[in-house]
Amino acid sequence: MDAARPNENDDNVTPLKVLAATLAPFDVKRENLIPILQTIQEKEGYLSPEAMKMVAKHLGVTASEVYGVASFYNQFRFHPPGKHQIKVCLGTACHVVGGEIILENFERKLGIKHGETTPDREFSVDRVACVGCCALAPVAIVDETTHGHMAPSKVEGILLGFQIEKERKEREKEQRESGSQQ
Amino acid sequence: MKAGPSNSDAIKERFETLKRDALQRFGEIKGAEVPRITIGMATCGIAAGAVETKAAFEKAIAQHNIDARVEATGCIGHCYAEPLVVIENPGFPPICYNNVTPGKARALVSSFLVDGDPLFEYVLGALEENDMIPSVRDFPRFSMEERIVTALSGRIDPEKIENYIAEGGYEALAKALALTPQEIVQEVQISGLRGRGGAGFATGRKWEFGLKAQGESKTVICNADEGDPGAYMDRTILESNPHQLLEGMAICAYAVGAEKGIVYVRAEYPLAVKMIRIAIEQAEAKGVLGSGILGTDFSFSVSVFQGSGAFVCGEETALIQSIEGKRGMPQHRPPFPALQGLWGLPTIINNVKTLSTIPAIIKKGGEWHKQMGSPKSPGSAIFSVVGKVVHPGLVEIPTGTTLRTLVFDICGGTPHRKAFKAVQIGGPSGGCLPEAFLDTPVDFDSLIEAGAMMGSGGMVVMDENSCMVDVARYFLDFTQKESCGKCTFCRIGTRQLLNILERITKGEGREGDIELLTTLCEEIKEGSLCGLGKTAPNPVLTSLKYFRDEYEAHIKEKRCPAGMCRALTAFYIDLDRCARGCDACVGSCPVEAIFTTRDRKKAIDQTKCVKCGECVAACPPQYTAVKRVSPPHLAPRIERPQEPQE
Repeated sequence: MDAARPNENDDNVTPLKVLAATLAPFDVKRENLIPILQTIQEKEGYLSPEAMKMVAKHLGVTASEVYGVASFYNQFRFHPPGKHQIKVCLGTACHVVGGEIILENFERKLGIKHGETTPDREFSVDRVACVGCCALAPVAIVDETTHGHMAPSKVEGILLGFQIEKERKEREKEQRESGSQQ
Repeated sequence: MKAGPSNSDAIKERFETLKRDALQRFGEIKGAEVPRITIGMATCGIAAGAVETKAAFEKAIAQHNIDARVEATGCIGHCYAEPLVVIENPGFPPICYNNVTPGKARALVSSFLVDGDPLFEYVLGALEENDMIPSVRDFPRFSMEERIVTALSGRIDPEKIENYIAEGGYEALAKALALTPQEIVQEVQISGLRGRGGAGFATGRKWEFGLKAQGESKTVICNADEGDPGAYMDRTILESNPHQLLEGMAICAYAVGAEKGIVYVRAEYPLAVKMIRIAIEQAEAKGVLGSGILGTDFSFSVSVFQGSGAFVCGEETALIQSIEGKRGMPQHRPPFPALQGLWGLPTIINNVKTLSTIPAIIKKGGEWHKQMGSPKSPGSAIFSVVGKVVHPGLVEIPTGTTLRTLVFDICGGTPHRKAFKAVQIGGPSGGCLPEAFLDTPVDFDSLIEAGAMMGSGGMVVMDENSCMVDVARYFLDFTQKESCGKCTFCRIGTRQLLNILERITKGEGREGDIELLTTLCEEIKEGSLCGLGKTAPNPVLTSLKYFRDEYEAHIKEKRCPAGMCRALTAFYIDLDRCARGCDACVGSCPVEAIFTTRDRKKAIDQTKCVKCGECVAACPPQYTAVKRVSPPHLAPRIERPQEPQE
């Protein structure tokens, strides 16, 4: 499926062909709207205006109708997410032990607000309402891993971990490249 | 073959064959003289590190080259003890270990499985009475619970239908199919079961409406759109014992005459979605779901719909709108969904807990259920007790148990010898009850009388360091975001409430704010269509009623008595307690607000401090020099030295 992407780095080119293939198996029924949007978001990471227009055309409803439904639900996002997705839980249990402080720390360290993505598309930060690990509060989910008993110093630790990992990969890449040149 | 009393023997025989198969498969596993290690692998267990623990067990077993099985199970509800591991070593009773880190896992394999020493220091308790190891039943967290819905959670493998059948699962369905639908509805009416979703409508009556309703086809919907921040029992049931829910749904479908079922589950619960899908597939393969259930002419197919995260979709008419592919906005009732629901056809919507209680009622009879708990709302209630409490987690107790028993006896009370302040029940629709209400029994009517409500069963315990104004603001912030916008009072009213509360917590409260809040709350209650708007002001009203002094301290003295509201507090370092040359707090500060004073002690630059409290945690316990004060001007000002000190 990746082969259909004309240019991986150019986010403005929506892989429309892939989208059309995604839409095809769904019947033209209004009740399929939410499942379709969920499938697209799972594949693309977000709902682009082009994608929503295509869904509207597929189901025979107006684009504003599609956007109206999509924007009603918390699950859908309209901006591309970062490579690493950070979700900070702000459920009741996390709130009483300072979940907002954890969110602020991520925001400060990355220089973005919640719901945004860093300019280099590395990280995005979101607030979520209860992930159901209340006994471990405060909780943050980074990519697929749930981190319990968060603290500002752990925020720094997590981001530092990614930084080190990235540098290691770059070093290895350089070594490989210099190795192949020799 | 027709379902009903005329074919009861044939249905029974069909089920017995199924059960014999299951018992045989499980007898082989249980009878084998091989140690069995079971690890709780629901979302909370995984978050606490169960995956790493499981890997450590597997690796250690391979290294020692012993024969042992490592299995995954669901969640037992004891979240404080995760990762929770049960080891069944032949010759020993099954032993439960808490907080099993990979290190403990390795130690357990080499000491217990190889050398036969069960490592008493790690033991939580034995699951059976014996003379060797104290039983978990000595522990009030285990002995005071009475489990119907979560009886098998964390004890069976949710991915294996045979395990559920071997434990007596689907027996109730077989029994139900040999009854007439009227008899089932009657049994549920006798049981006195009330909908566990929050409102407490009599389940038997709802089913009766469903049975009598006329329509081309009928649908049973399981409402698993658990949106309350702080409640997660529905997710646990789906992850740990999905078959019990499916069995309850099938019984409901037979009773009301439905052929289609939908499980509406939040997309944010990926593991629950996966588990219920596996369960549906297996149940269809075994012939307890799908077409021709247990050889009868009764067919019932279940599909999964993933809710996209809107709190208001927990309301049944909004949930239906959402399945129809629209914005989830509540509709006027009547017509009730039982008569005109999904696509205008009769639809029975029950909560996960309600449906999961049904198999036990059919098996043991409605009278048995009626005897349990308080007379007006019999049965059991599940609470997720979280917040400032020693043993948080899911607790299933008979209704009518007092809050004091629940919070102090079962869950161990507040930690660190802090004073108990309040308990918030029912999430954003509920209220905060102070100490004076601790003897309130937990059931639908008593809680509503006290100003709170059962709601979804979320319970947050708060100690002296929790600010009630801030908690009210938090819940309003939630409901304001989740209001669907249909009713003006809910849409704009909650926004205004939130604005006022935000002002108060920032120290910008004005004279007359309390009165304004009260009037607004009453008006929002009056002017809203659905439960969300009608109950949204509850957190504000109850906290105003029981903790008015805290509101007044915020407004008049610009002081937060609990020291929670960040705009009204400040941290400072007590120079008499600070140790000269100690650097513990410096590295912990995320904004570099801590500097060294002239006499080599530390002080906080108030202009930089973000009040995160990290330095309090970092300061060594023998000094405890970092103090928090409210209002902030009480913190002594210490100037940063001009020249950096070496």
